[in-house]
Amino acid sequence: MDLNSLTIHELQEKIRAGEATATDIVRDVFTRIDAVEQDVHAYISLMKDDAFVEASRADADIRAGNLRPLTGIPVALKDILCTKGFRTTCGSHILHNFVPPYNATVVEKLKEAGAVFVGKTNMDEFAMGSSTETSYYGITRNPWDLERIPGGSSGGSAAAVAADECIASIGSDTGGSIRQPAALCGIVGMKPTYGRVSRFGLIAFASSLDQIGPFTKDVTDCAITMNVIAGYDSRESTSVPMDVPDYCKYLSRGIGGWTVGIPKEYFIEGIDPEIMASMKKAIGIIEGLGAKCIEISLPHTEYCLAVYYIIAPAEASSNLARYDGVKYGFRSQDGRELLEMYKKTRSAGFGPEVKRRIMIGTYALSSGYYDAYYKKASQVRALIKRDFEEAFKRCDAIMTPTTPTPAFKIGEKTDDPLQMYLSDIFTISTNLAGIPGISVPCGFTGDGLPMGVQFLTGHFEEGKLIQIASAYEKSASIEKSRPGL
Amino acid sequence: MKITKDEVEHVAHLARLDFTEEEKEKFTSQLNDILMYVDTLNRIDTSGVEPMSHAIALHNAFRDDCVGESLDSGLSLANAPDARGPFFRVPRVIES
Repeated sequence: MDLNSLTIHELQEKIRAGEATATDIVRDVFTRIDAVEQDVHAYISLMKDDAFVEASRADADIRAGNLRPLTGIPVALKDILCTKGFRTTCGSHILHNFVPPYNATVVEKLKEAGAVFVGKTNMDEFAMGSSTETSYYGITRNPWDLERIPGGSSGGSAAAVAADECIASIGSDTGGSIRQPAALCGIVGMKPTYGRVSRFGLIAFASSLDQIGPFTKDVTDCAITMNVIAGYDSRESTSVPMDVPDYCKYLSRGIGGWTVGIPKEYFIEGIDPEIMASMKKAIGIIEGLGAKCIEISLPHTEYCLAVYYIIAPAEASSNLARYDGVKYGFRSQDGRELLEMYKKTRSAGFGPEVKRRIMIGTYALSSGYYDAYYKKASQVRALIKRDFEEAFKRCDAIMTPTTPTPAFKIGEKTDDPLQMYLSDIFTISTNLAGIPGISVPCGFTGDGLPMGVQFLTGHFEEGKLIQIASAYEKSASIEKSRPGL
Repeated sequence: MKITKDEVEHVAHLARLDFTEEEKEKFTSQLNDILMYVDTLNRIDTSGVEPMSHAIALHNAFRDDCVGESLDSGLSLANAPDARGPFFRVPRVIES
């Protein structure tokens, strides 16, 4: 059996039983990368040499009986996370030569837990996109159908796990960038509560929405990874000083007696009939587990996308002002004086989607328009959060489809930004409200494309999220098939 | 039209971006589409609603003022496109 196709917990058993070494696992991962990476292109850069060095260190730890939560487990990192001494591009030309002088907190935590880093994964430029087509470093293809997108913006992280080019990976989610690609690639992806995982060393896109989370092959691996990355960080002022429970304890608790809310506003026109059918099936499974499904209302759902497309670009236009060709990254050599240098650097360094969002954000924040756009959006955002607070008075968790359609074709939506934005319609509200969400596989379409179901809970209730996701996963017993690469 | 080509030029200057004529046309039309869509927010009465700036109620995060590790200037300048001594070097700001 190829070790790279196993889960974290399966590999841990093999390591404990002496049936596999970290070096064996890392070798199988890189053999797989050699075989399929040219088709999938999940990675921007690989850390092969370092990975084998780290694997032999992990093997020494294993021999010494010093097993940490992720000892010897190959993990991939979205190229938005700073890695000390290793190029971090954020999918952009403007950071093509940026070598961070420090590690993101999440990278430090994974390292301390014994993880072996495989490489930095491809992503939409500055995480702005839903298809991983805006990367400066080329597109990533969906392992289930190479003519289709893997989702985005963390498409490389999702495709790497789905294609068994790593065991687990880390992504970031500003409007669905973990859950949407997880659904489209047939794996598990979680966006934790805002403030649960430190964003120190995460290259900022929209600071009030960004959150880091894991991609894994099953819910158990999600709990294991969350145990490692969650927690307060004094270097990140929005991380919340709250104890982190052992998420693995929630895995086998069941959901008997729970009430699960199904928001009526999520069953819109334009939703794919096969996704609709899979949701009906999922509701049956949840009820079969002893939970009651009730219809709930999130009345401001239809406004989420409009709110997001003011708030995210506004914050991005401010965050991306730092790329000026002075401190790091690309500088145009054409500018003879400072202002000209700024403009030429930024115009040549950013791609079209990033420029489009900087323009929207700058416009929305500019003199005379602030109240009409940013203030208005922030007020509606408060109403969206209130919708969830009201809903959670009536239910323990909310269940929705993760995406309105399965993976679309490469190039299908690149010329129509609004159509592209609509693919995040079910995931964006979570970021606006700051609550956690998880996408779990719920089957395949007739064409063999994966679909996902999304569960949501209240702030800092990742434990309950893992509880319902795990119960669903066990009961749904979705076929553990592998993409036919 | 929500936004004209002149405004696009003004916003581009504020954002320190340059566009070709063709890009300006394309952006004007795409930004108009997006702003028209965003206008749906005006259907909601938000009078008296406090704008929300963060997902979690946050208060000022204070810590003790003690000396910690920080980057030295060599490492801080290592990524600079142009540096001289302990400084970032940029093209001239003032016309000679």
